Amino acid sequence: MNIAAAVFFGLGIIFNLMGNIGVLVFPDVYTRLQASSTCATTSVFSFFIGCMFIAGWGPMTGRLIVITIFFFVTNPFSAHIIARFAWQSGIVPWRQSYRKRRELGGEDD
Amino acid sequence: MLKITIYFLVASSVISLVRVVIGPTVADRMIGLNLVASQILALLVLVSVALERSIYLDVALVYDIFGFIGILLMTRYFSGKKGEI
Repeated sequence: MNIAAAVFFGLGIIFNLMGNIGVLVFPDVYTRLQASSTCATTSVFSFFIGCMFIAGWGPMTGRLIVITIFFFVTNPFSAHIIARFAWQSGIVPWRQSYRKRRELGGEDD
Repeated sequence: MLKITIYFLVASSVISLVRVVIGPTVADRMIGLNLVASQILALLVLVSVALERSIYLDVALVYDIFGFIGILLMTRYFSGKKGEI
């Protein structure tokens, strides 16, 4: 029981590190949103499953299941809301070829 | 294992605040805020399991609901101001 919790906590730590590095390094709003959304959802889901293994069978696990279902619905939905807001406020997606062409002094399409 | 994870989550939510401070647009700041909110939610659940007090689970549920409503209202507020972002 304890070993399974440790495995899920290690998975959550790895996903969380990947998400933080992606949010710090990526060049655009949409790529940062992809890293943040997927890694936050999977890491917090792994932490919750590890907590269920530690807490055992009881009323605490029931509340944990309620929180997990609510988080599993609302976090991708809020990422979708942020993406729609960024698209409607006119932010252009980042492309490598456009930036290279602009640095070389060429014309935009 | 629980203590290591709790310390890691505190440090990683502080690192995620860098994007909130340096983000060029409003959407970047909202992404950082969403990430910090989900990590604080996991931190509350881990503290509740470590101390064996189930009152923190109710606090975590209400925190999640208010974080979601906050993101919704922020996009609703900023979508009316197109030229200022």
